[in-house]
Amino acid sequence: KALLFSFCSELQICCRLLFRGAVNGQMKLFVSEGNPHCLKVLAALELTGVKCDVQYVNHEEKVVQFLNHPALPALLLPAGQQLFSANAICRLVLSDPEAVSMADIVLWGALHPILSDSSFTLGEHNSVKTWFDRVAAVHSCQSAVQKVLQGKGLQAMKSYMQRQPAPQNSQCRDAQPCNNNPAEERQHFVSEEECEAAALAWNKGLSSCPAPDRQHPILPQEGKRNVLVTSALPYVNNVPHLGNIIGCVLSADVFSRYGRLRGWNMLFVCGTDEYGTATENKAREEGLTPQQICDKYHAVHSSIYSWFQIDFDFFGRTTTEKQTEIAQNIFWRLHKHGYLVEDTVEQLRCENCQRFLADRFVEGTCPHCSYPEARGDQCDKCGRLINAVELRDPQCKVCRQTPVIRSSKHLFLDLPKLESQLEQWLEKSTSTGDWTTNAKQITHSWIRDGLKPRCITRDLHWGTPVPHPDFKEKVFYVWFDAPIGYLSITANYTSEWERWWKNPLQVELYNFMAKDNVPFHSVVFPCSLLGAQDNYTLVNHLVATEYLNYEDTKFSKSRGTGVFGDMAKDTGIPSDVWRFYLLYVRPEGQDSAFSWADMAMKNNSELLNNLGNFINRAGMFVTKFFEGCVPVMELQREDKELLAVVGWELQQYIQLMDKVKIRDALKHILNISRHGNQYIQVNQPWKKIKGEESERLRAGTVTGVAVNIACLLSVMLLPYMPLVSQIIRDQLNAPQSCVYTMLQGSGTFVCSLSAGHRIGTVSPLFQKLEAEQIEALKKRFGGHTPSTPAAAPAAAIKVAAVEGVDSEKAEQLVKAVAEQGDKVRALKAQKAEKDVIAAEVSKLLELKTQLALAEGKNLEPTSKKGKKK
Amino acid sequence: MNWENMALRELSSLEKYLGLKKPNKYSTQGDKKVPVLQNNQGPPLVGLITIACHLVKEAKRSNLLGESAEGRAVVQQWLEYRVTRLDGCTKEDSKTILKELNIHLQDNVYLAGNHFTLADTLMYYGIHPLIVDLTVQEKEQYLNVARWFDHIQHIPSLRHHLPPVVVLRNTIYTSRHH
Repeated sequence: KALLFSFCSELQICCRLLFRGAVNGQMKLFVSEGNPHCLKVLAALELTGVKCDVQYVNHEEKVVQFLNHPALPALLLPAGQQLFSANAICRLVLSDPEAVSMADIVLWGALHPILSDSSFTLGEHNSVKTWFDRVAAVHSCQSAVQKVLQGKGLQAMKSYMQRQPAPQNSQCRDAQPCNNNPAEERQHFVSEEECEAAALAWNKGLSSCPAPDRQHPILPQEGKRNVLVTSALPYVNNVPHLGNIIGCVLSADVFSRYGRLRGWNMLFVCGTDEYGTATENKAREEGLTPQQICDKYHAVHSSIYSWFQIDFDFFGRTTTEKQTEIAQNIFWRLHKHGYLVEDTVEQLRCENCQRFLADRFVEGTCPHCSYPEARGDQCDKCGRLINAVELRDPQCKVCRQTPVIRSSKHLFLDLPKLESQLEQWLEKSTSTGDWTTNAKQITHSWIRDGLKPRCITRDLHWGTPVPHPDFKEKVFYVWFDAPIGYLSITANYTSEWERWWKNPLQVELYNFMAKDNVPFHSVVFPCSLLGAQDNYTLVNHLVATEYLNYEDTKFSKSRGTGVFGDMAKDTGIPSDVWRFYLLYVRPEGQDSAFSWADMAMKNNSELLNNLGNFINRAGMFVTKFFEGCVPVMELQREDKELLAVVGWELQQYIQLMDKVKIRDALKHILNISRHGNQYIQVNQPWKKIKGEESERLRAGTVTGVAVNIACLLSVMLLPYMPLVSQIIRDQLNAPQSCVYTMLQGSGTFVCSLSAGHRIGTVSPLFQKLEAEQIEALKKRFGGHTPSTPAAAPAAAIKVAAVEGVDSEKAEQLVKAVAEQGDKVRALKAQKAEKDVIAAEVSKLLELKTQLALAEGKNLEPTSKKGKKK
Repeated sequence: MNWENMALRELSSLEKYLGLKKPNKYSTQGDKKVPVLQNNQGPPLVGLITIACHLVKEAKRSNLLGESAEGRAVVQQWLEYRVTRLDGCTKEDSKTILKELNIHLQDNVYLAGNHFTLADTLMYYGIHPLIVDLTVQEKEQYLNVARWFDHIQHIPSLRHHLPPVVVLRNTIYTSRHH
């Protein structure tokens, strides 16, 4: 495809060049008076007698269109190329070596403004002056000077110089160049004072403050930092993929765990978003009621998140009584304050199915490009947005009947009327809170483009009913309804939910999401709450991730590309390692990609060789050389220096985590274990232990410091890898209070395992991921259309379906059967509810029947994976 | 060899791409660590571009410097652009540069027209840190640059010291918002 593309572009350019060449067969030079860069060019032309049409223009003339700042001199070549660099022009003109070389002309021209000034003395470099004068005496140069400076001397350059952007002093540039080598990381230099301060802090030891307990229901407390964390509600009938997980629940989980360590009063709520057309349709597909679908998939979500150790305080759902109650209350308040307007909307209705068709349930011919399979909201071929009623020959996707256009009355939230209130609030929230850059940008662009009233009702059944008598048959549109889920889920957690949600003075609200969700959380939902005028808690910190790609493409359920939440556990890779890698590549500030090879590399290099190796060595030394008891430590300058460096890394970690820079903070944990490994390597306690008394004391100090660093690492790791973190503390037999001591304030590294402390049994923390294992996983999750170019997957699948390519279908089915089989086994192993298992089993049987049909009845499924168990 | 210095890494990658068997030994001069190649036959060669051009000639791949006099001038112009505009540019400049290149590459397959040249190689090395920092949306905004960049990074054995950057083939920001 790339080849074809470049071929086409080349062809196009050839044609264009031929055309231009025919029009003007000569070079054309643009110069401006008083522009010193023109000197050398004109001198070169004069010198060689190259024929060229010279045109004088003013400094502002943009001859080379694509350059931001006008660039003169500029030479247009017969072939259409443009030269905008004086040196390049000279190179072209002076392509034959002459007595006076190109280097002479170019340097003479460049130095002319300085050296032609008679007051400028070169001191002892007078051979430079001699050379300059010799070149300047060349007739061509004199003539160039005359043309450019018009006999006015250096004064003639004034008007040109004034138009130049402020000079960039290459010697002392204030602004940091942005294409610096990223590998050059800031090294922390440790001063004497810092060393002493670090040693002092170290000696303080653990504080005796009791571990805060987490007693439900958690409610805001006076005098505490009360933090409410929400993660975007996952849509119930999609199994979340890794991108969804890192974007919302995992990021929010890390931050909540961190906040608890900091001693903040945290509440972390989330739940499944269950209403809407997609659910209705899924229910029809599977022959269940929407409620049954929701029950079934809510369980799937729950089990995925619990496998990933997402520690919600409450994981609820939107299809509850509380949802109806709160949504209707907000609705009535908006109504009362006059923020709702009525309008009539034209919609497609399928008389056969007895319902209005949501955009994605209509197909027809694109009104723009006549593509026959355009969807109701967008055409896959030309990419343009479509209004469903504009489709030619529309069809109901479910029954293939032709729908009719009906008008239906709807309610709109009057966003323009709320705009000034919204802007006022945004101004404050974005300037005082930690909003990610993308969140601010997206919000800003919505406001800049102007807000329009947004329809909040839908002609559906599966939703929160609109309580207004004139809109009886309707439900709330999901975007209005879903964010209210945060409130209703909290209400299902505690009857005192209003202490969180109507308490902006005491509560700080963090919303975690992927960036596609930003406008609903920064514009639309705040407008609902502002309009309701009930002292609601509005978002203070909006944390949005960019997108996570899979290898070099997107995650796709339909193509089977990528790892989905329910499959991660079947890979045999521990949940903590998944968490670590996803957080390591968290799309923070820029998009990133999940890559198997990279995951294996990070596991083997960072977890196994760096972090795991250090912690294991530290523990093993205590066990082997000191009978399992932490030895006496006598700190030397070198040890104190390490304490200071580790303390500095800890403080960086805290500063970053406080700003929800989760990925960046992780790097500092790994830095600490790198410092630790180096420290052990330099001091060689395994050799010193065999030496004389003073050497053995030294081995003890190094071992003691190292094992204390291991303990600190376990604390810093807790938000990222909760299980590994606990295992480390178990192995070290560390007191629980270390967890809460070291992350207080700006962070202090204290000695938490003092001399004489007995540690537990030490064993390796991580396992190597082998290349073959990773290759197999990569194959398994690579999707079933690897040879199809990524740009046209939708079309390719449709073609296959039309022609009924059975072998491909069979291949897909083999995979689906194997996966479904795994799922059923997993559910049984977890002792899931009977009807959940039954539903999955019937799905499995159905898939097997389809497979048999696709392969011809006598064939047995050839799935290797199916036979394995 | 000092691997912290990006210019030296570039030269080393270029040597490999050109198939030069024996790696050269470079030193640097000045605060800005300008690369220097001590030449047996003549005076030392100073500066990334000068050395790069020398390597190309040594590998007998002069076509990479442009086929005609005009072509050679254009290649030199982009090499100059690389060191004078791109190197050490600020965040602000980088947006301008991307904008300029995006327009230029609208009807040029490569920087110097229809043929791959040394200008593409060195501009690719130089612009890599800017591209790494772009979001998906920005890459779509500078679509022609992204297309060119992706094309160059997939040229066999060119990338060497740089990690690949993901460039999506299908645009995902079809409209401002939905």
